[in-house]
Amino acid sequence: MSAATPPRSVLVLGGRSDIGLAIAHRYAAGGASVVLAARDPADLARAATDIEIRHKVSATVVPFDAVDPDPDRFLDSLAALPDTVVCAVGLLGDQTRSEADPAAATAVMEANYLGPARVLGAVANRMAARGTGCIVGISSVAGDRGRASNYVYGSAKAGFTAFLSGLRNRLARTGVHVVTVKPGFVRTRMTEGMPLPGPITAAPAEVGEAVYRADLKRRNTIHVRPVWRLIMLVIGAIPEPIFKRLSL
Amino acid sequence: MVLDRSLPTTRLSGWSRYPVLDCAVLPVRRPEDAAMPAGHPVIARGNGRSYGDASLGVPTTLAMRPLDRFLAFDEATGVLSCEAGVLLSDIVDVFTPRGWFPAVTPGTRFVTVGGAIAADVHGKNHHGAGSFGAHVIDLDLALGDGRIVTCSRDAEADLFLATLGGMGLTGVILAARLRLQPIRTATIRQTTHRVADLDGALERLAGSTSTYSVAWIDCLASGASLGRSVVMDGEHAEPEELPAGIADPLARTRRRGKTVPFDFPALAISGPTVKAFNALYYRRHRNGTGLVDLDSYFYPLDALLEWHRIYGSKGFLQYQFVVPLAGARAALVRILGAIAEARSGSFLAVLKQFGPEGEGHLSFPMEGLTLALDFPASPDALALLDRLDDLVLDAGGRIYLAKDARMKPALLAAGYPRLPLFRAVRARHGLEDRFQSALSRRLGL
Repeated sequence: MSAATPPRSVLVLGGRSDIGLAIAHRYAAGGASVVLAARDPADLARAATDIEIRHKVSATVVPFDAVDPDPDRFLDSLAALPDTVVCAVGLLGDQTRSEADPAAATAVMEANYLGPARVLGAVANRMAARGTGCIVGISSVAGDRGRASNYVYGSAKAGFTAFLSGLRNRLARTGVHVVTVKPGFVRTRMTEGMPLPGPITAAPAEVGEAVYRADLKRRNTIHVRPVWRLIMLVIGAIPEPIFKRLSL
Repeated sequence: MVLDRSLPTTRLSGWSRYPVLDCAVLPVRRPEDAAMPAGHPVIARGNGRSYGDASLGVPTTLAMRPLDRFLAFDEATGVLSCEAGVLLSDIVDVFTPRGWFPAVTPGTRFVTVGGAIAADVHGKNHHGAGSFGAHVIDLDLALGDGRIVTCSRDAEADLFLATLGGMGLTGVILAARLRLQPIRTATIRQTTHRVADLDGALERLAGSTSTYSVAWIDCLASGASLGRSVVMDGEHAEPEELPAGIADPLARTRRRGKTVPFDFPALAISGPTVKAFNALYYRRHRNGTGLVDLDSYFYPLDALLEWHRIYGSKGFLQYQFVVPLAGARAALVRILGAIAEARSGSFLAVLKQFGPEGEGHLSFPMEGLTLALDFPASPDALALLDRLDDLVLDAGGRIYLAKDARMKPALLAAGYPRLPLFRAVRARHGLEDRFQSALSRRLGL
């Protein structure tokens, strides 16, 4: 695949997240105008101003509810359909709570699968009609194999990963590209306080760089630190009779 | 504010890695996070580049780096408004290509704006430009009781003057407006003078008409060579001076920093190795003028990431003092003599002549000569520094709080005559119980 021209505009869904913001900065550094979409956008105004000053591009903030059942209403409210749409929406939740409380589990499932898949599905239809565009979904290595410690989150990410690969397959003959991102450990607010091993933990800016490169080079599925491909290969290869007894 | 019990405790230290303390760290992501009363003392920490214990809050340290957004920039005047966790390296990266540079920069660009104000840092242009605080127009300060005040030379001036150099003890600096200086190239014209002894160095520094001027001094030289130095003057180069064929005079030379990969063994920095290094360094420099890029002129050590590791895991001691101009020569002779005698020499000791004293009640610079030294942390080094304290005290000098981890408390009051003013501001605004650091407790600030 040949490299695309740098995107002129990007919409970041979940623009408040550390990963979403880092991605927005990277696109802005490449000259793209930025729309940050998040619930309660008021406190994101500073982030948008910061992007404008640093990168001399326009940056705006729009209200966005990731679990809104009608994503077309949101997309209609945008001034234009951007070149690239990134979905960085996600909710780690608390696995123990998700086990005990169906409402908590539902919230995790909605935020990591239902909402992102629904809105990107609507984006895909519009981009397919236009014939150009790039869709980036931030999924997770947690979706590669369910583990006791986070399978509610992981199962939703597994669904999202499958959705993205199906979407990529469907759109392959159009000019629209789909990138699946499985970042591995990232030092963010979501993982604050967790003891993360340094060599396999990325900074949000690394995710931004990897996503931007993947967009330009039309790559399909990326891990931010390549070692994660190997780690997940090993985790995937463990036979189930053994895997089920492990605590990973 | 979250109770400390629920916060993870981290082993924290300043850049010299001495001392190391257990601190609960609370990240400040929104200005409001720092505004509310904590119920116990806190201290703000930027990028942890002060050397000793100034950024260590026991029990609670506020981590300010997440507050790192630019708020406004005026391309016509170079006035930048930004949050306190913004690094000077961010400012250099973003604004150098547009022809603006920090009006004052210390020897590392990895400090936050909040930290630069709290330590009222100085640079190689202090004799002309003053310290960092001189270019701060106003700042937003959270007083720890829910109030956030904007203070300047005109509004809440007492808080403003106590905050410049106030080591974070007057509240949490949330944001500031700074004046940047215009530049036309990303290049410095550097003039190097090798001088054979202390008198030569002092004469050069005193007579310098350059914008930037600093001397590296060989602390292990003694006898006739006592004080032998390499004086480096610098000016921002004009585009006409650059070699032909440079497309953009404001473009910086990019180079990847090298990282010190592990802690060096303690023996790596000892008398003989430092002596050999210093002799080599002195001989390597030739008199003359040349063009160097901004980064190598201002931030030579930043190219060696994690350079503090060369001092080993026990860390090191930074020591910087200033002595008043009158009597400075005699004091320096005594101090350099004591260091040479102890043979626990310092790499790259830096000598500079300061301009007039700044506005901050606890600002370090005053008109005189300043010397910055570092030593591997050891009982011998601590004993030497106690001796140097006495010599600095006798000379009417003061010690830089941002580098200190061990000074004799008697030096504080003697060296900082405006300390009562500072304390009065703290008392008037009820700040004593809300803002404390390991440094403030150790010295009874």
